[in-house]
Amino acid sequence: MPQPLSSLIPRRDRISASKEIVRASGAARQIERRLFLKQSLSLGALTLLTGCDVTDTTSVQRVLNGISDWNDRTQAAIFNPRRLMPTYPESAAVKDFRYNAYFGQSQIPKIDGASYRLNLSGLVDSRKPWTLDELYALPQESQVTRHVCVEGWSMIGKWTGVPFRTFLQRIGADTTAKYVGFECADGYYSSIDMASALHPQTFLTFKISDEILAPRYGYPLKLRIPTKLGFKNPKWITAMYVTNRFPGGFWEDRGYNWFGGV
Amino acid sequence: MTDITAGHLNRISNVIVHPLTVRITHWLNALAMIIMIMSGWRIYNSDPILPFSFPVWLTLGGSYEGSVDIHNEDGLAGALQWHFAGMWLLAINGAIYLAYGLLSGHFRRAFFPVGPAAVLRDTLAALQFRLPHRLGAYNAVQKTLYLGVLTAGVVMVLTGLAIWKPGQFQELTWLFGGFDVARVIHFLGMAAIVAFLIVHVALVVIVPKTLPPMITGRAPAHEAQGEH
Repeated sequence: MPQPLSSLIPRRDRISASKEIVRASGAARQIERRLFLKQSLSLGALTLLTGCDVTDTTSVQRVLNGISDWNDRTQAAIFNPRRLMPTYPESAAVKDFRYNAYFGQSQIPKIDGASYRLNLSGLVDSRKPWTLDELYALPQESQVTRHVCVEGWSMIGKWTGVPFRTFLQRIGADTTAKYVGFECADGYYSSIDMASALHPQTFLTFKISDEILAPRYGYPLKLRIPTKLGFKNPKWITAMYVTNRFPGGFWEDRGYNWFGGV
Repeated sequence: MTDITAGHLNRISNVIVHPLTVRITHWLNALAMIIMIMSGWRIYNSDPILPFSFPVWLTLGGSYEGSVDIHNEDGLAGALQWHFAGMWLLAINGAIYLAYGLLSGHFRRAFFPVGPAAVLRDTLAALQFRLPHRLGAYNAVQKTLYLGVLTAGVVMVLTGLAIWKPGQFQELTWLFGGFDVARVIHFLGMAAIVAFLIVHVALVVIVPKTLPPMITGRAPAHEAQGEH
């Protein structure tokens, strides 16, 4: 059974919306309960009669979403903001890094560096858009770390850019806020928790293998966050914001675990 | 009077061969194994380390076609959700079973002693179909297989943690030879457990009288030996 398109709405928003409806009237609650019972019965009947795949039924999906939320909290508790991810000698860094996106290379966004702006919004003091030259003028560092993909593959690369913590300080971000969200030129979006955003190895990067990011690697701006899985490292970033409202993400709203820590 | 006596005799002639804790954890573990193996196969399919993939119908993670049609992804999201939900069932149930086995003396009574000579003797007997099966008492081949699969289970949990958290648990990942090696060990552990399950289920089919005691806990006294 296909999942409803409502799964495109962030999980927490959906949950809080349904909670409000239930609070609104006791009758609605009864209806919901009855529906749940009906679904449970048909789930059991379906399993007995056909033995077919029933894993998409909403009650099962609700439990799985709940456990995924629990896993977000577990990972936030495990996360040590001072613990550094392993680093490797430069010789271990892969030069021809794997291209990875939800579309083919022909659809890679072509961004003009001269007219590029990084737009800022949310809980920041200065919302002035940043040009590439202004970004390049920030203090830069390099890291050789392992990119771990949710699919199971991993690859060591060298990235260069500004520590994200430095950038957040420059723009006067409210670092007591919960989330930092990103929007990208390809329509991709993602978000991270503030503790991970402030981790010393979280960089806004301009270069891979000592060369300005090629378009396929996210030119001009890619978040490198080795404490998280690859899909939490957005490419082609055009906007970012600081918020207390759960922002979700492209894959996260399709069921990937939101925290996505490694 | 006669009936009561008969019932009484019937009761004492049935002895407990599998304690309640063992039975409950056994079946919960069976459920956890199905979830972990089938969802794991779909996760494997998203980046196979060997030149083959598992048939999609054998994998778990929601509707494959639905994921492809609506989300443009291979059902990985659902498989990951099942895997990282099943891990709690596996780990908590496994911890209860291990604690019970160690503290109650169940492991000591059921799996030990086991030595190379006995393993060799019983393996040869088994291959000649001359190995008798007493409910509740394990021969040397069974002891070896059960100890082996328990070890594989522990290795699976540890390598699972090593590849889930190669950053926060980096010492554990290092211990298993790094991320990529730990991933291969996680796959081999699965293969070992699946091999065990095939033998385990095949033997239950060949000797069906072993199945009811794992549900009721009881077996006729003349077929059973001791409590395990």
